[in-house]
Amino acid sequence: MSISTPQTWEEFTEGIWRQNPVFVMVLGMCPVLAVSVSAINALSMGLATLFVLVCSCGLVSLLRHTIPREVRIAVYIVIIATFVTAVDYAIQAISLALYEALGAFIQLIVVNCIILGRAEAHAAKNPPLPAMINAAGMGVGFSIGLFALGAVREILGAGTLFGIGLFGAGFQPWVIMVLPPGGFFVLGAWLLVFAGWARRRKSGEVTQHV
Amino acid sequence: MSESAFQIFVNTLLANNLVLAMFLGLCPFLGVSGKLDTAFPMGLATTFVMLVASLCAYGLNLLLSAFHLEFLRLISYIVIIASAVQLVEMVLKKYSPALFRALGIYLPLITTNCAVLGVALFQTSREYNFIQSVVFAVGGGAGFTLALVLMASVRERLQLSNVPELALGTALSLMLAGILSLSFMGFAGLGG
Repeated sequence: MSISTPQTWEEFTEGIWRQNPVFVMVLGMCPVLAVSVSAINALSMGLATLFVLVCSCGLVSLLRHTIPREVRIAVYIVIIATFVTAVDYAIQAISLALYEALGAFIQLIVVNCIILGRAEAHAAKNPPLPAMINAAGMGVGFSIGLFALGAVREILGAGTLFGIGLFGAGFQPWVIMVLPPGGFFVLGAWLLVFAGWARRRKSGEVTQHV
Repeated sequence: MSESAFQIFVNTLLANNLVLAMFLGLCPFLGVSGKLDTAFPMGLATTFVMLVASLCAYGLNLLLSAFHLEFLRLISYIVIIASAVQLVEMVLKKYSPALFRALGIYLPLITTNCAVLGVALFQTSREYNFIQSVVFAVGGGAGFTLALVLMASVRERLQLSNVPELALGTALSLMLAGILSLSFMGFAGLGG
């Protein structure tokens, strides 16, 4: 594959919009729902996943001719687990409060389907640079999705954004939104919004042609 | 830890249900819950993998702690789980090829089921002893199966009803999961 600028850009934006892992492919839902209680948690989880995604896709792509086909999944998992361990210790060193808030979900990045899916579907077939760009796009898309969910849940459930109060003292927090059911409801609502938007655009195109 | 085995079982089965309260294992939960016939065996297979993984993880953790190699924990757990899944896959292929085909891609994907790894990681971080670990794994697996079967039953009923076209698919499943999760919150505090 030759690397031309428009194509590289397309590789990058594909993960952000057309194949957004959260809203379009609905992959890696477990951390999405569990961690998106507040905007800051969601954003840091997104960044941690982004880092693991880019590093492991780069390494998988570098080793793509050396890894035997039969054991490739096991090799990918070990590569991913290595980077996750590194991120796990890094977060512990940077912010203990954040580490405790995210809990086991940092280690559970290992089993995030997005990463394994990217390694198998893209990184194993492409040279390192496009693979890493594609992975970065996916990671950014994932972070945006997480942030969208986390922000809505924090605003509705606690009346704050990044810990800053938005509505003043009269606001009655909608507590259910930061509890587990709220995660399902908000994600479902986002998917509905996107489905409605896609349909409206499609019908708009049709009327234009007519 | 002073939790009794019974408390752990009830807690992981209902109050802290892995799927509906802890958000673990959502991929198969949304993917395989279309039909009751596949949901139940999938739950059983996952429970079995969970139990094997939990037993191995317990022994391995003792070994790693003895040699001060805790940073290898994650990597070795995931390798154990992958091997356990391989084992289940071979057994199913030999004894029940029909079921093997029905589960399809979701069988090898048990490896990346966060519920399995989650059980292994939680039992380590909560410092459960051997009996507690086994009960935790079985309770977690039973809770996963319960959630999967409930979801599959509701979705089978929904196929007969008139749903807005816009909401069909994942959005509908998520709303359903939210309602299930809401009702499971009623079990809070049951395990003491």
